[in-house]
Amino acid sequence: MAVATPLVNEAPRVVLSARGLRRDFGGFTAVKDVDLDVHHARVHALIGPNGAGKTTVFNLLTKFLQPTHGTITLLGEDITKTAPDKVARMGLVRSFQISAVFPHLTVLDNVRVALQRPNRLATQFWKPLSALDALNGKAEELIRSVGLEKEVNAVAADLSYGRKRVLEIATTLALEPKVLLLDEPMAGMGHEDVGMVAEIIREVARERAVLMVEHNLSVVATLCHHVTVLQRGEILAEGDYATVSEDPRVRTAYMGTEETS
Amino acid sequence: MTLTLDLAKRKERSPFIVQTVFLGVGLACLLLAPLFFYPVFLMKLLCFALFACAFNLLLGYTGLLSFGHAAFFGGAAYFTAHAVKEWGVPPELGILVGVFGAALLGAVIGFFAIRRQGIYFAMITLALAQMFYFFCLQSGFTRGEDGIQSVPRGHLLGVIDLLQPTNMYYFVLTVFVIGIAIIWRIINSPFGMVLKSIRENETRAVSLGYSVRNYKLAAFVMSAALTGLAGGLKALVFQFATLTDVSWQMSGEVILMTLLGGIGTLIGPIFGAGLVVTLQNYLATSEFPVTIITGVVFMVCVLLFRRGIVGEFYNSRLGRKLGFEHRHKH
Ligand SMILES: Nc1ncnc2c1ncn2[C@@H]1O[C@H](COP(=O)(O)OP(=O)(O)OP(=O)(O)O)[C@@H](O)[C@H]1O
Ligand SMILES: [Mg+2]
Repeated sequence: MAVATPLVNEAPRVVLSARGLRRDFGGFTAVKDVDLDVHHARVHALIGPNGAGKTTVFNLLTKFLQPTHGTITLLGEDITKTAPDKVARMGLVRSFQISAVFPHLTVLDNVRVALQRPNRLATQFWKPLSALDALNGKAEELIRSVGLEKEVNAVAADLSYGRKRVLEIATTLALEPKVLLLDEPMAGMGHEDVGMVAEIIREVARERAVLMVEHNLSVVATLCHHVTVLQRGEILAEGDYATVSEDPRVRTAYMGTEETS
Repeated sequence: MTLTLDLAKRKERSPFIVQTVFLGVGLACLLLAPLFFYPVFLMKLLCFALFACAFNLLLGYTGLLSFGHAAFFGGAAYFTAHAVKEWGVPPELGILVGVFGAALLGAVIGFFAIRRQGIYFAMITLALAQMFYFFCLQSGFTRGEDGIQSVPRGHLLGVIDLLQPTNMYYFVLTVFVIGIAIIWRIINSPFGMVLKSIRENETRAVSLGYSVRNYKLAAFVMSAALTGLAGGLKALVFQFATLTDVSWQMSGEVILMTLLGGIGTLIGPIFGAGLVVTLQNYLATSEFPVTIITGVVFMVCVLLFRRGIVGEFYNSRLGRKLGFEHRHKH
Protein backbone atom coordinates (compact mmCIF):
# COMPACT_ATOMS: atom_id res chain seq x y z
CA MET A 1 0.00 0.00 0.00
CA ALA A 2 1.16 3.51 -0.76
CA VAL A 3 2.74 5.29 2.15
CA ALA A 4 2.10 8.96 2.72
CA THR A 5 4.47 11.35 1.08
CA PRO A 6 5.32 13.71 3.89
CA LEU A 7 4.62 17.36 3.11
CA VAL A 8 7.40 18.63 5.26
CA ASN A 9 8.48 22.21 5.23
CA GLU A 10 10.04 22.30 8.65
CA ALA A 11 12.08 19.81 10.57
CA PRO A 12 9.83 17.71 12.78
CA ARG A 13 10.07 18.49 16.45
CA VAL A 14 8.02 17.18 19.32
CA VAL A 15 5.25 19.61 20.27
CA LEU A 16 3.09 17.37 22.42
CA SER A 17 4.29 14.45 24.43
CA ALA A 18 2.94 12.13 27.07
CA ARG A 19 4.90 9.87 29.37
CA GLY A 20 3.48 6.98 31.35
CA LEU A 21 -0.08 8.11 30.82
CA ARG A 22 -2.62 6.13 32.79
CA ARG A 23 -6.26 6.51 33.63
CA ASP A 24 -8.35 4.33 35.91
CA PHE A 25 -12.11 4.32 36.08
CA GLY A 26 -12.83 2.64 39.39
CA GLY A 27 -11.09 -0.71 39.07
CA PHE A 28 -10.89 -0.54 35.29
CA THR A 29 -7.78 0.82 33.58
CA ALA A 30 -8.82 2.49 30.32
CA VAL A 31 -5.35 3.82 29.45
CA LYS A 32 -2.12 2.26 30.68
CA ASP A 33 1.51 3.37 30.33
CA VAL A 34 1.03 5.30 27.14
CA ASP A 35 4.02 7.22 25.80
CA LEU A 36 3.25 9.45 22.86
CA ASP A 37 5.20 12.01 20.86
CA VAL A 38 3.34 14.23 18.43
CA HIS A 39 5.51 16.10 15.94
CA HIS A 40 5.17 19.44 14.28
CA ALA A 41 4.22 19.24 10.60
CA ARG A 42 3.21 15.60 10.86
CA VAL A 43 -0.07 13.72 10.79
CA HIS A 44 -0.11 11.11 13.50
CA ALA A 45 -2.82 8.48 13.59
CA LEU A 46 -4.10 6.82 16.73
CA ILE A 47 -5.90 3.64 15.78
CA GLY A 48 -7.29 0.66 17.59
CA PRO A 49 -10.46 -1.37 18.06
CA ASN A 50 -13.58 0.04 19.70
CA GLY A 51 -13.05 0.65 23.37
CA ALA A 52 -9.25 0.64 23.02
CA GLY A 53 -9.03 3.95 24.86
CA LYS A 54 -8.40 6.37 21.99
CA THR A 55 -10.98 8.94 23.05
CA THR A 56 -9.81 8.61 26.64
CA VAL A 57 -6.26 9.44 25.50
CA PHE A 58 -7.66 12.54 23.77
CA ASN A 59 -9.54 13.51 26.91
CA LEU A 60 -6.35 13.13 28.94
CA LEU A 61 -4.17 15.09 26.52
CA THR A 62 -6.66 17.97 26.35
CA LYS A 63 -7.16 17.76 30.13
CA PHE A 64 -10.89 17.12 29.94
CA LEU A 65 -9.91 14.16 32.10
CA GLN A 66 -7.22 14.18 34.76
CA PRO A 67 -4.67 11.37 34.32
CA THR A 68 -4.23 8.97 37.21
CA HIS A 69 -0.50 8.84 36.45
CA GLY A 70 1.91 10.33 33.98
CA THR A 71 2.91 13.68 32.58
CA ILE A 72 1.90 15.69 29.54
CA THR A 73 4.06 18.34 27.93
CA LEU A 74 2.80 20.83 25.38
CA LEU A 75 5.31 23.05 23.56
CA GLY A 76 7.83 22.57 26.33
CA GLU A 77 5.39 23.31 29.15
CA ASP A 78 4.09 20.79 31.62
CA ILE A 79 0.29 20.80 31.32
CA THR A 80 -0.42 17.81 33.54
CA LYS A 81 -2.28 20.03 35.99
CA THR A 82 -3.60 22.67 33.59
CA ALA A 83 -7.31 23.36 33.04
CA PRO A 84 -8.79 22.34 29.67
CA ASP A 85 -9.69 25.86 28.54
CA LYS A 86 -6.14 27.00 29.32
CA VAL A 87 -4.76 24.10 27.30
CA ALA A 88 -6.94 25.20 24.39
CA ARG A 89 -5.64 28.75 24.72
CA MET A 90 -2.08 27.41 24.64
CA GLY A 91 -2.76 26.02 21.19
CA LEU A 92 -3.95 22.44 21.68
CA VAL A 93 -7.45 22.22 20.22
CA ARG A 94 -9.59 19.15 19.79
CA SER A 95 -12.66 18.02 17.97
CA PHE A 96 -15.09 15.53 19.43
CA GLN A 97 -16.09 12.06 18.37
CA ILE A 98 -19.73 13.00 18.66
CA SER A 99 -19.88 16.19 16.67
CA ALA A 100 -19.77 19.22 18.88
CA VAL A 101 -21.41 22.25 17.35
CA PHE A 102 -23.69 24.87 18.84
CA PRO A 103 -26.93 23.38 17.54
CA HIS A 104 -29.21 26.41 17.63
CA LEU A 105 -26.72 28.87 16.20
CA THR A 106 -26.23 29.35 12.48
CA VAL A 107 -23.17 28.06 10.67
CA LEU A 108 -21.84 31.60 10.51
CA ASP A 109 -22.38 32.17 14.23
CA ASN A 110 -20.76 28.84 15.08
CA VAL A 111 -17.60 29.92 13.30
CA ARG A 112 -17.76 33.45 14.67
CA VAL A 113 -18.02 32.18 18.25
CA ALA A 114 -14.80 30.28 17.67
CA LEU A 115 -13.17 33.40 16.25
CA GLN A 116 -14.39 35.72 19.00
CA ARG A 117 -11.91 34.87 21.73
CA PRO A 118 -8.68 34.92 19.71
CA ASN A 119 -9.84 38.21 18.20
CA ARG A 120 -10.62 39.74 21.59
CA LEU A 121 -14.32 40.14 20.90
CA ALA A 122 -15.71 37.89 23.61
CA THR A 123 -16.20 39.93 26.76
CA GLN A 124 -17.77 43.10 25.41
CA PHE A 125 -21.28 43.08 26.84
CA TRP A 126 -21.80 46.74 25.97
CA LYS A 127 -21.16 46.42 22.24
CA PRO A 128 -23.83 45.55 19.68
CA LEU A 129 -23.78 42.22 17.89
CA SER A 130 -22.77 44.03 14.74
CA ALA A 131 -19.29 44.32 16.30
CA LEU A 132 -18.91 40.68 15.31
CA ASP A 133 -19.27 41.59 11.64
CA ALA A 134 -15.57 42.37 11.80
CA LEU A 135 -15.08 38.59 11.88
CA ASN A 136 -17.14 37.92 8.77
CA GLY A 137 -14.20 37.98 6.37
CA LYS A 138 -12.28 35.35 8.30
CA ALA A 139 -15.42 33.33 8.97
CA GLU A 140 -16.30 33.40 5.30
CA GLU A 141 -12.87 32.09 4.40
CA LEU A 142 -13.15 29.21 6.87
CA ILE A 143 -16.67 28.35 5.78
CA ARG A 144 -15.60 28.35 2.18
CA SER A 145 -12.57 26.19 2.92
CA VAL A 146 -14.82 23.39 4.20
CA GLY A 147 -17.42 23.88 1.48
CA LEU A 148 -20.25 25.13 3.68
CA GLU A 149 -20.87 28.39 1.83
CA LYS A 150 -24.37 27.34 0.75
CA GLU A 151 -25.37 26.60 4.33
CA VAL A 152 -23.89 29.73 5.86
CA ASN A 153 -27.21 30.88 7.33
CA ALA A 154 -28.53 27.42 8.13
CA VAL A 155 -28.98 26.47 11.76
CA ALA A 156 -26.37 23.90 12.74
CA ALA A 157 -28.98 21.46 14.05
CA ASP A 158 -30.49 21.26 10.55
CA LEU A 159 -27.24 20.14 8.91
CA SER A 160 -26.60 16.53 8.00
CA TYR A 161 -24.24 14.62 10.25
CA GLY A 162 -21.34 14.91 7.84
CA ARG A 163 -21.86 18.64 7.40
CA LYS A 164 -21.86 19.11 11.16
CA ARG A 165 -18.48 17.40 11.34
CA VAL A 166 -17.14 19.66 8.65
CA LEU A 167 -18.46 22.66 10.55
CA GLU A 168 -16.71 21.46 13.68
CA ILE A 169 -13.45 21.23 11.77
CA ALA A 170 -13.93 24.79 10.56
CA THR A 171 -14.46 26.02 14.12
CA THR A 172 -11.42 24.07 15.27
CA LEU A 173 -9.28 25.62 12.54
CA ALA A 174 -10.61 29.05 13.46
CA LEU A 175 -8.42 29.00 16.56
CA GLU A 176 -5.29 28.46 14.45
CA PRO A 177 -4.14 25.78 16.86
CA LYS A 178 -0.56 24.59 16.99
CA VAL A 179 -1.67 21.05 17.71
CA LEU A 180 -4.94 19.56 16.45
CA LEU A 181 -6.56 16.50 17.97
CA LEU A 182 -9.27 15.13 15.70
CA ASP A 183 -11.43 12.30 16.99
CA GLU A 184 -12.71 10.39 13.96
CA PRO A 185 -13.09 13.53 11.86
CA MET A 186 -14.44 11.64 8.87
CA ALA A 187 -16.93 9.35 10.58
CA GLY A 188 -20.36 9.56 8.99
CA MET A 189 -19.19 11.64 6.03
CA GLY A 190 -19.98 11.11 2.40
CA HIS A 191 -17.22 10.14 -0.04
CA GLU A 192 -16.62 13.65 -1.34
CA ASP A 193 -16.35 15.12 2.12
CA VAL A 194 -13.84 12.46 3.18
CA GLY A 195 -11.61 13.50 0.31
CA MET A 196 -12.06 17.17 1.11
CA VAL A 197 -11.36 16.76 4.82
CA ALA A 198 -8.29 14.63 4.06
CA GLU A 199 -7.06 17.43 1.84
CA ILE A 200 -7.73 20.02 4.56
CA ILE A 201 -5.86 17.96 7.13
CA ARG A 202 -2.94 17.52 4.77
CA GLU A 203 -2.87 21.24 4.15
CA VAL A 204 -3.21 22.14 7.82
CA ALA A 205 -0.42 19.75 8.81
CA ARG A 206 2.10 21.70 6.75
CA GLU A 207 2.59 24.02 9.67
CA ARG A 208 0.85 22.25 12.53
CA ALA A 209 0.84 18.95 14.32
CA VAL A 210 -2.18 16.71 13.86
CA LEU A 211 -3.12 13.73 15.97
CA MET A 212 -6.17 11.93 14.69
CA VAL A 213 -8.24 8.90 15.54
CA GLU A 214 -9.38 7.25 12.35
CA HIS A 215 -11.03 3.95 11.53
CA ASN A 216 -10.77 4.37 7.77
CA LEU A 217 -7.44 2.68 7.12
CA SER A 218 -7.07 3.84 3.54
CA VAL A 219 -7.19 7.39 4.87
CA VAL A 220 -4.62 6.50 7.49
CA ALA A 221 -2.42 4.92 4.82
CA THR A 222 -2.43 7.91 2.51
CA LEU A 223 -2.54 10.73 5.02
CA CYS A 224 -0.60 9.81 8.12
CA HIS A 225 3.15 9.83 8.62
CA HIS A 226 3.07 7.92 11.83
CA VAL A 227 0.69 5.40 13.35
CA THR A 228 0.20 4.33 16.95
CA VAL A 229 -1.95 1.29 17.59
CA LEU A 230 -3.77 1.09 20.87
CA GLN A 231 -5.34 -2.01 22.32
CA ARG A 232 -7.03 -2.32 25.69
CA GLY A 233 -5.44 0.92 26.75
CA GLU A 234 -1.89 -0.09 25.87
CA ILE A 235 0.29 0.69 22.89
CA LEU A 236 0.52 -2.40 20.73
CA ALA A 237 2.67 -1.12 17.87
CA GLU A 238 4.09 2.06 16.48
CA GLY A 239 5.73 3.26 13.27
CA ASP A 240 4.79 4.22 9.74
CA TYR A 241 1.77 2.61 8.21
CA ALA A 242 3.70 0.00 6.21
CA THR A 243 5.55 -1.24 9.26
CA VAL A 244 2.54 -1.27 11.50
CA SER A 245 0.26 -2.98 9.02
CA GLU A 246 2.83 -5.77 8.60
CA ASP A 247 3.00 -6.38 12.33
CA PRO A 248 1.35 -9.76 12.99
CA ARG A 249 0.07 -8.69 16.40
CA VAL A 250 -1.66 -5.73 14.86
CA ARG A 251 -3.13 -7.92 12.15
CA THR A 252 -4.71 -10.28 14.62
CA ALA A 253 -5.73 -7.65 17.12
CA TYR A 254 -7.03 -4.99 14.85
CA MET A 255 -6.94 -5.41 11.10
CA GLY A 256 -8.72 -8.71 11.11
CA THR A 257 -11.66 -7.44 13.08
CA GLU A 258 -12.05 -3.98 11.69
CA GLU A 259 -13.75 -2.75 8.57
CA THR A 260 -11.22 -1.23 6.23
CA SER A 261 -14.09 0.45 4.37
CA MET B 1 -19.09 36.09 -4.15
CA THR B 2 -22.36 34.40 -3.38
CA LEU B 3 -21.45 34.16 0.27
CA THR B 4 -21.09 37.88 0.68
CA LEU B 5 -24.57 38.25 -0.75
CA ASP B 6 -25.91 35.71 1.68
CA LEU B 7 -24.40 37.55 4.58
CA ALA B 8 -26.09 40.73 3.50
CA LYS B 9 -29.42 39.01 3.11
CA ARG B 10 -29.27 37.93 6.72
CA LYS B 11 -30.33 41.36 7.82
CA GLU B 12 -33.79 41.42 6.37
CA ARG B 13 -35.72 44.58 6.94
CA SER B 14 -39.33 43.49 7.33
CA PRO B 15 -39.07 41.59 10.64
CA PHE B 16 -37.14 44.52 12.00
CA ILE B 17 -39.99 46.87 11.11
CA VAL B 18 -42.60 44.53 12.58
CA GLN B 19 -40.64 44.27 15.80
CA THR B 20 -40.23 48.02 16.02
CA VAL B 21 -43.98 48.44 15.60
CA PHE B 22 -44.64 45.90 18.35
CA LEU B 23 -42.16 47.68 20.59
CA GLY B 24 -43.81 51.04 19.91
CA VAL B 25 -47.28 49.69 20.64
CA GLY B 26 -46.06 48.06 23.85
CA LEU B 27 -44.41 51.24 25.02
CA ALA B 28 -47.51 53.31 24.17
CA CYS B 29 -49.63 50.89 26.23
CA LEU B 30 -47.30 51.29 29.19
CA LEU B 31 -47.34 55.07 28.86
CA LEU B 32 -51.14 55.17 28.79
CA ALA B 33 -51.73 52.37 31.28
CA PRO B 34 -52.17 54.62 34.38
CA LEU B 35 -55.34 55.97 32.75
CA PHE B 36 -56.93 52.55 33.05
CA PHE B 37 -55.27 50.72 35.94
CA TYR B 38 -54.14 51.42 39.49
CA PRO B 39 -50.59 52.76 39.42
CA VAL B 40 -49.52 50.53 42.34
CA PHE B 41 -50.69 47.46 40.50
CA LEU B 42 -48.83 48.54 37.36
CA MET B 43 -45.68 49.35 39.28
CA LYS B 44 -45.75 45.99 41.00
CA LEU B 45 -46.13 44.40 37.60
CA LEU B 46 -43.17 46.29 36.17
CA CYS B 47 -40.95 45.39 39.13
CA PHE B 48 -41.70 41.70 38.78
CA ALA B 49 -41.39 41.85 35.00
CA LEU B 50 -37.91 43.32 35.36
CA PHE B 51 -37.09 40.72 38.01
CA ALA B 52 -38.17 37.90 35.69
CA CYS B 53 -36.20 39.33 32.76
CA ALA B 54 -33.07 39.61 34.88
CA PHE B 55 -33.59 36.04 36.05
CA ASN B 56 -34.05 34.93 32.45
CA LEU B 57 -30.67 36.37 31.52
CA LEU B 58 -29.32 33.45 33.53
CA LEU B 59 -31.86 30.72 32.80
CA GLY B 60 -32.72 31.49 29.19
CA TYR B 61 -29.44 32.80 27.89
CA THR B 62 -26.81 31.05 29.97
CA GLY B 63 -28.69 27.88 30.82
CA LEU B 64 -28.31 28.22 34.60
CA LEU B 65 -31.31 27.57 36.83
CA SER B 66 -30.88 29.57 40.01
CA PHE B 67 -33.19 28.80 42.89
CA GLY B 68 -31.91 31.65 45.02
CA HIS B 69 -32.76 34.84 43.19
CA ALA B 70 -35.00 36.01 46.02
CA ALA B 71 -31.81 36.82 47.93
CA PHE B 72 -30.92 39.45 45.34
CA PHE B 73 -34.47 40.75 44.96
CA GLY B 74 -35.28 40.94 48.66
CA GLY B 75 -31.70 41.80 49.59
CA ALA B 76 -31.71 44.82 47.30
CA ALA B 77 -35.08 45.85 48.75
CA TYR B 78 -33.50 45.90 52.22
CA PHE B 79 -30.39 47.74 51.04
CA THR B 80 -32.37 50.41 49.21
CA ALA B 81 -34.86 50.78 52.05
CA HIS B 82 -32.07 51.11 54.58
CA ALA B 83 -30.10 53.59 52.51
CA VAL B 84 -33.10 55.80 51.84
CA LYS B 85 -34.55 55.64 55.33
CA GLU B 86 -31.48 55.58 57.58
CA TRP B 87 -28.88 57.38 55.50
CA GLY B 88 -31.37 59.73 53.88
CA VAL B 89 -29.97 59.31 50.39
CA PRO B 90 -32.10 60.33 47.37
CA PRO B 91 -34.16 57.56 45.72
CA GLU B 92 -31.98 57.21 42.62
CA LEU B 93 -28.92 56.69 44.80
CA GLY B 94 -30.86 54.34 47.06
CA ILE B 95 -31.64 52.12 44.10
CA LEU B 96 -27.97 52.10 43.11
CA VAL B 97 -27.11 50.95 46.64
CA GLY B 98 -29.55 48.09 46.13
CA VAL B 99 -27.99 47.23 42.78
CA PHE B 100 -24.45 47.17 44.14
CA GLY B 101 -25.48 45.22 47.22
CA ALA B 102 -27.21 42.61 45.07
CA ALA B 103 -24.22 42.42 42.73
CA LEU B 104 -21.91 41.82 45.70
CA LEU B 105 -24.24 39.16 47.06
CA GLY B 106 -24.38 37.68 43.54
CA ALA B 107 -20.59 37.53 43.37
CA VAL B 108 -20.43 35.58 46.65
CA ILE B 109 -23.30 33.16 45.92
CA GLY B 110 -22.26 32.83 42.27
CA PHE B 111 -18.66 32.08 43.22
CA PHE B 112 -19.75 28.95 45.09
CA ALA B 113 -22.63 27.93 42.84
CA ILE B 114 -20.96 27.98 39.40
CA ARG B 115 -18.61 25.22 40.49
CA ARG B 116 -21.51 22.84 40.21
CA GLN B 117 -23.90 22.02 37.41
CA GLY B 118 -27.58 21.32 36.87
CA ILE B 119 -29.54 20.37 39.95
CA TYR B 120 -26.50 20.87 42.23
CA PHE B 121 -26.17 24.43 41.01
CA ALA B 122 -29.83 25.01 41.86
CA MET B 123 -29.43 23.42 45.30
CA ILE B 124 -26.41 25.53 46.21
CA THR B 125 -28.11 28.76 45.17
CA LEU B 126 -31.14 27.71 47.23
CA ALA B 127 -29.01 26.82 50.25
CA LEU B 128 -27.03 30.08 50.18
CA ALA B 129 -30.19 32.12 49.61
CA GLN B 130 -31.75 30.41 52.64
CA MET B 131 -28.69 31.34 54.68
CA PHE B 132 -29.24 34.92 53.62
CA TYR B 133 -32.90 34.60 54.58
CA PHE B 134 -31.96 33.60 58.12
CA PHE B 135 -29.41 36.38 58.24
CA CYS B 136 -32.24 38.80 57.38
CA LEU B 137 -34.45 37.21 60.01
CA GLN B 138 -31.82 37.70 62.75
CA SER B 139 -29.99 40.81 61.73
CA GLY B 140 -30.74 44.16 63.29
CA PHE B 141 -30.82 46.29 60.22
CA THR B 142 -33.64 44.31 58.59
CA ARG B 143 -35.85 44.58 61.73
CA GLY B 144 -36.66 40.85 61.68
CA GLU B 145 -40.32 39.95 61.24
CA ASP B 146 -41.40 43.57 60.93
CA GLY B 147 -39.15 44.47 58.06
CA ILE B 148 -38.18 48.04 57.24
CA GLN B 149 -41.42 50.02 57.26
CA SER B 150 -42.49 53.46 56.00
CA VAL B 151 -39.61 53.94 53.63
CA PRO B 152 -39.75 57.46 52.17
CA ARG B 153 -39.90 57.67 48.39
CA GLY B 154 -38.18 61.04 48.45
CA HIS B 155 -37.67 63.46 45.63
CA LEU B 156 -36.16 62.29 42.36
CA LEU B 157 -33.09 64.43 41.56
CA GLY B 158 -34.18 66.58 44.48
CA VAL B 159 -37.21 68.01 42.67
CA ILE B 160 -39.81 65.47 41.53
CA ASP B 161 -42.01 64.31 44.39
CA LEU B 162 -42.31 60.54 44.08
CA LEU B 163 -45.15 60.32 46.59
CA GLN B 164 -47.27 61.53 43.71
CA PRO B 165 -48.47 58.22 42.14
CA THR B 166 -48.18 59.40 38.54
CA ASN B 167 -44.64 60.69 39.08
CA MET B 168 -43.70 57.45 40.75
CA TYR B 169 -45.23 55.41 37.95
CA TYR B 170 -43.24 57.16 35.24
CA PHE B 171 -40.10 56.89 37.33
CA VAL B 172 -40.65 53.15 37.67
CA LEU B 173 -41.41 52.87 33.96
CA THR B 174 -38.19 54.69 33.11
CA VAL B 175 -36.09 52.44 35.32
CA PHE B 176 -37.90 49.43 33.85
CA VAL B 177 -37.12 50.52 30.29
CA ILE B 178 -33.49 51.18 31.19
CA GLY B 179 -33.25 47.76 32.84
CA ILE B 180 -34.76 45.98 29.84
CA ALA B 181 -32.51 47.94 27.48
CA ILE B 182 -29.44 46.83 29.46
CA ILE B 183 -30.60 43.20 29.35
CA TRP B 184 -31.27 43.50 25.63
CA ARG B 185 -27.81 44.89 25.07
CA ILE B 186 -26.14 42.12 27.08
CA ILE B 187 -28.05 39.43 25.23
CA ASN B 188 -27.28 40.95 21.84
CA SER B 189 -23.60 41.56 22.41
CA PRO B 190 -20.40 39.63 21.72
CA PHE B 191 -20.50 38.55 25.38
CA GLY B 192 -24.13 37.42 25.00
CA MET B 193 -23.10 35.31 22.03
CA VAL B 194 -20.54 33.50 24.17
CA LEU B 195 -23.19 32.94 26.85
CA LYS B 196 -25.47 31.39 24.26
CA SER B 197 -22.69 29.12 23.09
CA ILE B 198 -22.11 27.98 26.68
CA ARG B 199 -25.83 27.25 26.99
CA GLU B 200 -25.73 25.33 23.72
CA ASN B 201 -22.66 23.21 24.35
CA GLU B 202 -20.54 23.91 27.38
CA THR B 203 -17.88 21.31 26.58
CA ARG B 204 -17.34 22.73 23.13
CA ALA B 205 -17.07 26.23 24.57
CA VAL B 206 -14.33 24.98 26.91
CA SER B 207 -12.52 23.31 24.04
CA LEU B 208 -12.60 26.60 22.16
CA GLY B 209 -10.67 28.07 25.06
CA TYR B 210 -13.42 29.94 26.88
CA SER B 211 -13.00 30.00 30.64
CA VAL B 212 -16.63 29.05 31.08
CA ARG B 213 -16.61 29.63 34.83
CA ASN B 214 -15.66 33.27 34.46
CA TYR B 215 -18.37 33.85 31.89
CA LYS B 216 -20.95 32.15 34.05
CA LEU B 217 -19.90 34.15 37.09
CA ALA B 218 -20.07 37.40 35.11
CA ALA B 219 -23.56 36.49 33.89
CA PHE B 220 -24.57 35.57 37.43
CA VAL B 221 -23.42 38.89 38.85
CA MET B 222 -25.13 40.82 36.04
CA SER B 223 -28.35 38.93 36.62
CA ALA B 224 -28.10 39.57 40.36
CA ALA B 225 -27.43 43.27 39.85
CA LEU B 226 -30.41 43.68 37.52
CA THR B 227 -32.55 41.71 39.94
CA GLY B 228 -31.37 44.19 42.55
CA LEU B 229 -32.59 47.00 40.34
CA ALA B 230 -36.07 45.45 40.43
CA GLY B 231 -35.88 44.77 44.17
CA GLY B 232 -34.75 48.27 45.08
CA LEU B 233 -37.49 49.72 42.94
CA LYS B 234 -40.08 47.55 44.64
CA ALA B 235 -38.98 48.75 48.07
CA LEU B 236 -39.65 52.33 46.97
CA VAL B 237 -42.99 51.48 45.37
CA PHE B 238 -44.39 49.71 48.42
CA GLN B 239 -42.34 51.73 50.89
CA PHE B 240 -41.29 48.68 52.83
CA ALA B 241 -38.91 45.76 52.65
CA THR B 242 -39.86 42.49 54.33
CA LEU B 243 -38.88 38.86 54.60
CA THR B 244 -41.40 37.86 51.91
CA ASP B 245 -39.06 39.10 49.19
CA VAL B 246 -36.10 37.03 50.40
CA SER B 247 -38.08 33.83 50.98
CA TRP B 248 -37.63 30.76 48.79
CA GLN B 249 -41.23 31.11 47.58
CA MET B 250 -40.15 34.29 45.81
CA SER B 251 -37.36 32.38 44.06
CA GLY B 252 -39.96 29.87 42.95
CA GLU B 253 -42.33 32.55 41.77
CA VAL B 254 -39.80 34.09 39.42
CA ILE B 255 -39.06 30.68 37.91
CA LEU B 256 -42.79 30.25 37.39
CA MET B 257 -43.13 33.64 35.70
CA THR B 258 -40.19 32.99 33.40
CA LEU B 259 -41.32 29.52 32.37
CA LEU B 260 -44.89 30.73 31.83
CA GLY B 261 -43.80 33.49 29.52
CA GLY B 262 -41.13 31.53 27.74
CA ILE B 263 -37.45 31.21 28.54
CA GLY B 264 -34.94 32.40 26.02
CA THR B 265 -37.16 35.20 24.74
CA LEU B 266 -36.63 38.73 25.93
CA ILE B 267 -40.28 39.63 26.47
CA GLY B 268 -41.59 36.22 27.52
CA PRO B 269 -40.87 36.78 31.22
CA ILE B 270 -42.63 40.16 31.05
CA PHE B 271 -45.82 38.40 30.01
CA GLY B 272 -45.27 35.65 32.54
CA ALA B 273 -44.85 38.19 35.32
CA GLY B 274 -47.91 40.08 34.10
CA LEU B 275 -49.99 36.92 34.20
CA VAL B 276 -48.87 35.86 37.67
CA VAL B 277 -49.19 39.32 39.21
CA THR B 278 -52.62 39.86 37.65
CA LEU B 279 -53.76 36.47 38.84
CA GLN B 280 -52.50 37.13 42.37
CA ASN B 281 -54.19 40.51 42.45
CA TYR B 282 -57.44 39.11 41.18
CA LEU B 283 -57.44 36.12 43.47
CA ALA B 284 -56.45 38.12 46.53
CA THR B 285 -60.02 39.38 46.83
CA SER B 286 -61.66 36.05 46.02
CA GLU B 287 -61.99 32.99 48.20
CA PHE B 288 -59.82 30.73 46.05
CA PRO B 289 -56.44 29.80 47.45
CA VAL B 290 -53.92 31.72 45.34
CA THR B 291 -51.16 29.15 45.30
CA ILE B 292 -53.42 26.35 44.11
CA ILE B 293 -54.85 28.43 41.29
CA THR B 294 -51.44 29.64 40.10
CA GLY B 295 -50.22 26.06 40.33
CA VAL B 296 -53.05 24.84 38.14
CA VAL B 297 -52.52 27.67 35.64
CA PHE B 298 -48.86 26.79 35.56
CA MET B 299 -49.57 23.14 34.90
CA VAL B 300 -52.04 23.92 32.14
CA CYS B 301 -49.61 26.32 30.51
CA VAL B 302 -46.72 23.91 30.67
CA LEU B 303 -48.87 21.21 29.10
CA LEU B 304 -50.30 23.47 26.39
CA PHE B 305 -47.40 25.79 25.71
CA ARG B 306 -44.17 23.91 26.08
CA ARG B 307 -42.13 26.91 25.02
CA GLY B 308 -44.05 29.33 27.21
CA ILE B 309 -46.72 31.67 25.97
CA VAL B 310 -44.44 34.01 24.04
CA GLY B 311 -42.22 31.16 22.88
CA GLU B 312 -45.25 29.41 21.36
CA PHE B 313 -46.33 32.61 19.65
CA TYR B 314 -42.87 33.07 18.14
CA ASN B 315 -42.98 29.55 16.81
CA SER B 316 -46.55 29.76 15.52
CA ARG B 317 -47.25 30.37 11.86
CA LEU B 318 -48.14 34.00 12.54
CA GLY B 319 -45.02 34.51 14.65
CA ARG B 320 -42.81 33.08 11.93
CA LYS B 321 -44.47 35.25 9.32
CA LEU B 322 -43.74 38.31 11.42
CA GLY B 323 -40.12 37.29 11.67
CA PHE B 324 -40.15 36.28 15.32
CA GLU B 325 -39.12 32.75 14.54
CA HIS B 326 -36.84 31.64 17.22
CA ARG B 327 -35.26 28.46 18.31
CA HIS B 328 -34.50 27.18 21.69
CA LYS B 329 -33.85 23.77 23.07
CA HIS B 330 -35.84 22.22 25.85
N1 LIG C 1 -15.92 8.24 31.98
C1 LIG C 1 -15.74 6.90 31.92
N2 LIG C 1 -16.09 6.12 32.95
C2 LIG C 1 -15.91 4.79 32.90
N3 LIG C 1 -15.40 4.14 31.86
C3 LIG C 1 -15.03 4.84 30.78
C4 LIG C 1 -15.20 6.28 30.75
N4 LIG C 1 -14.75 6.72 29.56
C5 LIG C 1 -14.34 5.64 28.88
N5 LIG C 1 -14.50 4.52 29.61
C6 LIG C 1 -14.14 3.16 29.20
O1 LIG C 1 -12.83 3.18 28.73
C7 LIG C 1 -12.69 2.34 27.61
C8 LIG C 1 -12.09 3.13 26.45
O2 LIG C 1 -13.06 4.02 25.94
P1 LIG C 1 -12.76 5.02 24.79
O3 LIG C 1 -13.99 5.81 24.54
O4 LIG C 1 -11.54 5.77 25.08
O5 LIG C 1 -12.51 4.05 23.57
P2 LIG C 1 -12.25 4.42 22.05
O6 LIG C 1 -10.97 3.76 21.68
O7 LIG C 1 -12.39 5.84 21.81
O8 LIG C 1 -13.43 3.60 21.36
P3 LIG C 1 -14.30 3.96 20.06
O9 LIG C 1 -13.52 3.47 18.89
O10 LIG C 1 -15.55 3.18 20.25
O11 LIG C 1 -14.52 5.43 20.06
C9 LIG C 1 -14.06 1.78 27.29
O12 LIG C 1 -14.14 0.48 27.82
C10 LIG C 1 -14.99 2.70 28.03
O13 LIG C 1 -16.13 2.01 28.46
MG1 LIG D 1 -13.59 7.03 20.70
